[in-house]
Amino acid sequence: MSTELPVLTPADFASDQDIRWCPGCGDYAILAQMKKIMPTLGIPREKVCFISGIGCSSRFPYYMNTYGIHSIHGRAPAIATGLKAARPDMTVFVITGDGDGLSIGGNHLMHAIRRNLDINIILFNNRIYGLTKGQYSPTSPLGKVTKSTPMGAIDNPLHPLSIAIGCEATFVARTIDVHIKHLGPVLKRAAEHRGTAFVEVYQNCNVFNDGAFSYATDRDTKADTLIELEHGKPLLFGKERNKGIRLNGLDPEVVEMGKGINEDDLLFHDEKANEPSLAYLLSRMRYPEFPEPIGVLRAVDRPKYDHELSRQIEIARQEKGEGDLNELFNSGETWTVQ
Amino acid sequence: MSTSTDHEVNDGVKEVIELEEATIRFAGDSGDGMQLAGTQFSNTSALAGNDVATFPDFPAEIRAPRGTLAGVSGFQIHFASTDIFTPGDSLDALVAMNPAALKTNLADLEPGGILIINTDAFNKKGLAQAGYEVSPVEDGSFSDFNVFEVPMTKLTRNAVEDLGLSQKVADRCRNFLAMGLVYWLYGRSLAPTLRYIEAKFGGRPEIVEANSRALKAGRNYGETTDAFVSSYHVDRAKLAPGEYRNITGNEALAWGLMAASKLSGKELFLGSYPITPASDILHELSKYKHFGIKTFQAEDEIAALTSAIGAAFGGSMAITASSGPGIALKGEALGLGMMLELPMLIINIQRGGPSTGLPTKTEQSDLFQAMYGRNGESPLPIIAARSPGDCFDVAQEAWRISTRFMVPVLLLSDGYIASGSEPWNIADFDTLAKIPIEHPAGRDNGEPFLPYERNRRLARPWALPGTPGLMHRVGGLEKEDGTGNVSYDPDNHAKMCAIRARKVELIADDVPPQEVMGEETGELLVLSWGGTYGACLSAVRAAQAEGFAVSHVHLRYLNPFPKNLGALLQNFKHVLVPELNLGQLDTMIRAKYLVDTLRLSKVQGKPFVIAEILHKIREILS
Repeated sequence: MSTELPVLTPADFASDQDIRWCPGCGDYAILAQMKKIMPTLGIPREKVCFISGIGCSSRFPYYMNTYGIHSIHGRAPAIATGLKAARPDMTVFVITGDGDGLSIGGNHLMHAIRRNLDINIILFNNRIYGLTKGQYSPTSPLGKVTKSTPMGAIDNPLHPLSIAIGCEATFVARTIDVHIKHLGPVLKRAAEHRGTAFVEVYQNCNVFNDGAFSYATDRDTKADTLIELEHGKPLLFGKERNKGIRLNGLDPEVVEMGKGINEDDLLFHDEKANEPSLAYLLSRMRYPEFPEPIGVLRAVDRPKYDHELSRQIEIARQEKGEGDLNELFNSGETWTVQ
Repeated sequence: MSTSTDHEVNDGVKEVIELEEATIRFAGDSGDGMQLAGTQFSNTSALAGNDVATFPDFPAEIRAPRGTLAGVSGFQIHFASTDIFTPGDSLDALVAMNPAALKTNLADLEPGGILIINTDAFNKKGLAQAGYEVSPVEDGSFSDFNVFEVPMTKLTRNAVEDLGLSQKVADRCRNFLAMGLVYWLYGRSLAPTLRYIEAKFGGRPEIVEANSRALKAGRNYGETTDAFVSSYHVDRAKLAPGEYRNITGNEALAWGLMAASKLSGKELFLGSYPITPASDILHELSKYKHFGIKTFQAEDEIAALTSAIGAAFGGSMAITASSGPGIALKGEALGLGMMLELPMLIINIQRGGPSTGLPTKTEQSDLFQAMYGRNGESPLPIIAARSPGDCFDVAQEAWRISTRFMVPVLLLSDGYIASGSEPWNIADFDTLAKIPIEHPAGRDNGEPFLPYERNRRLARPWALPGTPGLMHRVGGLEKEDGTGNVSYDPDNHAKMCAIRARKVELIADDVPPQEVMGEETGELLVLSWGGTYGACLSAVRAAQAEGFAVSHVHLRYLNPFPKNLGALLQNFKHVLVPELNLGQLDTMIRAKYLVDTLRLSKVQGKPFVIAEILHKIREILS
């Protein structure tokens, strides 16, 4: 028998189920890129599990020929925690959305991230509730008019990356559904990160929130509205790469290159910074005041819950020996009845 | 480990009165160490060979204001030379460490009973906090009782005088002085408690010395003071031969789960969120990492169960343990577990409800919640423990059912069982029945895997992630029969609902027929479940001894009911259903069997006393 893994193709990761997202939905692109990177990870299909909650994005597991759970609203990170704690050998992806992950499941998302299990959380952010047909979501901007906010949303939106960083995330990245040359590699890097990888994907809902990210996807404007992060490189953007981000005290500011400003004056990206301050600062840069960063904001190595859980068991066994139930039952004070 | 050689008899100077049984209660402020005193006395009595049943009763507040009625904590111990099933209806002896403890507990003391009070606490402030205008010590209100006024604080301080402890630390030894006195009164050996003190405070020699001295001083006080003219002796109980230990319900449950895990060859995963009175299961299992047990303190009750669902999908023995309010939060996930048809145990240590209710008090009012607390047609098997030791067996039985039928099982216990204790005939792991589990093997022939194909018990295969060729997706949406693919087909939905219900019904074929204590026909059947076992059994036995044609059926299986239950009910003229709720089993029985049952309800946060049930039996049959 050959010990070599069979060579798989993206098609091997497609299940036999018909895909039921709306035509033109951004989810198709994410699914396609996921299938494309899977064979490059060198992990057999049976060692992969996709877990989702409720929402349009949460149909994802049905379309992957791996193990999968389409669970209940917001709970995917907790289910993933249980699976990964029980089965550290499995590669686990959580597929969630802005409502599923940040509203009804906010607590689970927060705690899954802080535990730093070796899982990947992909949050499809379309800034709207799609499956329930168009209410505002926790990432909808202030003033957003929807069926449930006819006079505009009056609660402040959450910024997914800021939340992840606040939860001590060890890997934080952002990418965009239609930017497929960027999307695939970011998903791959997330999968290769050891610890919880959190990826926000800007995803267009062409039915209920069409164009929410057009500023970031339009060919004409994206060079000015996005800034592609590269580790160790200065924060440069613009079609001519003639603009940059400089720190002014604790605040970032946009500067034009030349006129006495050169690359050394700019902020340099460091995804491995020990403290998450830089990553947090980047996560706060919002259009239209700033170009929005895409790519990896943070990638650091920290202890992983699943690994630590197994390690404590190993240590306990080394110290006490493998547990013996009869010994336990008869420990402490006992007596004999003749 | 020690054995029954710890036996000590009183010096023979004073009279020793033989008793068949006795019920005593330590009562004091929640900071007075009454739970420790009660636990130590229970263990010592068990080691002396008595049958023992205990009832710890404490407030929900960790430290209610000192000396107040709200802060009173008690521990009741019933010990006997016969087999007993309850912690006792009323008290033969009461130790009251302060006026508040006296006030809240005196009503339970039998006329002529022994009342030991710490007179040092009966000062102006203490009396006022308990709402006494005149000290009951002085106004003659104790005339019914055999009163011993003991200056416990003073005696304790004297005993530890030269150890250089602060007064606060010295006073903390007072519970040991009270214990010492009660130990003398019932001829108990000090040795097990001295060993406990050494083990517990070993790192602090002055504390070991102080507590040991207080314990001995209490014993010596009883022995030498003229106030105590006699002591008592309760002989060894005639328990079945074997090796015994004292065990609480939550300990027995945790150990039963560990046994089930080993018997089935499954790694144990517990997802749990702290809640009274279930937290001790999390604490207990967290100690045993060297058994390979994984415990996960989840961020909330929902994650506690959903993490267990993830672990169950991964092939673990997945468990969550909680109490009523937590189970309410798990409702949606319970439905998912049922839809996924994965084995897992959901443990509910019931407490007084509704809402936050009475967290530290007992009740059995979550039967409806277990039965009906989910959306849609979502029947789940329910199994209930009847006593602390029984939890060990029920844990294994629940896991056996769960894996044989691929269904989450609800296991009900309650606060009374969970923190109560009794002697346990120690199980020999090597003789316990194995719990065989099969998983489908991997395949590479390209044949489609059908995750919802069923065996004759209607159980689906438990295909483990990592198995080649068995990749499949499960979820909460309705599934197509066989393939498990999402299906909105009306007939398929009807079929799947019927299959899931039928599967639970089939469990009745797989459990033993219901046993009856007493004749299989008669005038009255007492039908009970859960923690009321001891009180119901004792009442029925007493009524039988009085000549009444009464029998007892105690249910372990609540969904489905045992197959012969309906026929049994028809054999009796009356059926009485005593419950610590407003009639939940009673309603289920009426609905299923159309029997005109009689109801005996109690919702006071307290267990039944035997007399309440006996009285009802007499009332029905006279």
